[in-house]
Amino acid sequence: MFKNILFGFCLFLLASISQSSFAATTIVAVATNFSKPMTKIVAGFEKATGHSANLSFGSTGKFVSQMENGSPFEILLAADEKGPEKLIKDGFAVSGSQFIYAVGKLVLWSATPGYVDAQGKILSAGGFKHLALADPKLAPYGVAAIEVLNGLKLQDKLQALIVQGESIAQAYQFVSTGNAELGFVSLSQVYDNGKVSSGSAWIIPEELHAPIKQAAVLLKNGVQNPAATALLTYLKSAPALEIIKKYGYDLAQ
Amino acid sequence: MLSSADLDTLLLTFKVAGIATTILLLVGTPLAWWLTRTRSVWKGPINAIVALPLVLPPTVLGFYLLVLMGPTGAIGQLTNWLGLGTLPFTFYGLVVGSVLYSIPFVVQPLQTAFAMIGKQPLEAAATLRASPFDSFFSVVMPLAKPGFITATILGFTHTVGEFGVVLMIGGNIPNKTRVVSVQIYNHVEALEYTDAHWLAGCLLLFSFTVLLILYTQLKASTVTQPFK
Repeated sequence: MFKNILFGFCLFLLASISQSSFAATTIVAVATNFSKPMTKIVAGFEKATGHSANLSFGSTGKFVSQMENGSPFEILLAADEKGPEKLIKDGFAVSGSQFIYAVGKLVLWSATPGYVDAQGKILSAGGFKHLALADPKLAPYGVAAIEVLNGLKLQDKLQALIVQGESIAQAYQFVSTGNAELGFVSLSQVYDNGKVSSGSAWIIPEELHAPIKQAAVLLKNGVQNPAATALLTYLKSAPALEIIKKYGYDLAQ
Repeated sequence: MLSSADLDTLLLTFKVAGIATTILLLVGTPLAWWLTRTRSVWKGPINAIVALPLVLPPTVLGFYLLVLMGPTGAIGQLTNWLGLGTLPFTFYGLVVGSVLYSIPFVVQPLQTAFAMIGKQPLEAAATLRASPFDSFFSVVMPLAKPGFITATILGFTHTVGEFGVVLMIGGNIPNKTRVVSVQIYNHVEALEYTDAHWLAGCLLLFSFTVLLILYTQLKASTVTQPFK
């Protein structure tokens, strides 16, 4: 019995070694808002190139801090431009490898249908107890949310109602479980096939916050890895751009 | 140095821990006593439930609490019906989470202490016509004093160190749910290492001092050294 298991394990090891000699695997840190499209993009990437990619999702701030402390990530798909710029400046990422892969959209969303009106008047009308957003210290979508509140001159009025998630995923979680009546999330989290797929939402007009330009960058860890460079190239390919648009992102001009 | 926002998180943390520990002692004492004495078939399952937070990832506990205490969850509907609103993102939501999270750290030392007293002192008290309540307060409690001290200290310090549950149900609201462990996490994430060091250092010093007292001042009794 034990011998059989050992034999099987050796076969498995052999199989994984032989596989890796043909194709490589890259480790990618992905800003949470981009998790759904990236999962689809990687499925296409693996089919097209034979390489594979392991994805980790989290807030951009967290990833930058991990990368500056020796994490093995090879690519960062950030939710802003600042993260990649900082990594390049501090010598952890490859200068010139950064590009904007998507421009994010912020949305005021509620899990309850009909709760958020199409003009977002509910923000000034009130009547809710909690407004969720991502921590502006850690997540660019949180920064954009604060810009919107400031622009509408509602920051002071709503400050006491704000609950912060450590990433946009947690802000979404607070709203989707109904614990917060509404919150600022990324459009991609609630968007499918050209429309908001559940609850009710106000897609924030672009003039209310600085565009959320999301940049990708190659880390120095990944320079030698063909899978890492191939993935960054694939991210600019037509099938990838198609998926990115499908989730409600704009493309870089 | 510690900023005033950092100081606020420390004060809030101690407040949560203080209230949670008080509740835990009030609830945990009868529970531990019952668990020590009972021959009920429920003894096993209840013991297992009490020990669950020891092995369960705090995020699991936090996730269930977020769902259960939310407006569609069973607890949330109950608190709404009672007119209390829902508990996540509130100070008392954190207290509830902390009580559940720290319950084994209070109940288990008490159970050990009660078990070590044995039946004889109680039987002696009974022959002197002491009522069960009387013998509990004048025999059991003094004898189990080291157990109470251990339970209080462990319950308090464990709550101070709570992170996963708070992250899930807290919402990071200053002076309401922004406790020190979350503040340290945010400092680290934002690369504010100096601030993180100050707060983390405070917590390290606090925890070490408390445990040092526990292990040196009370070393005479084996009851007080739960993790030996």
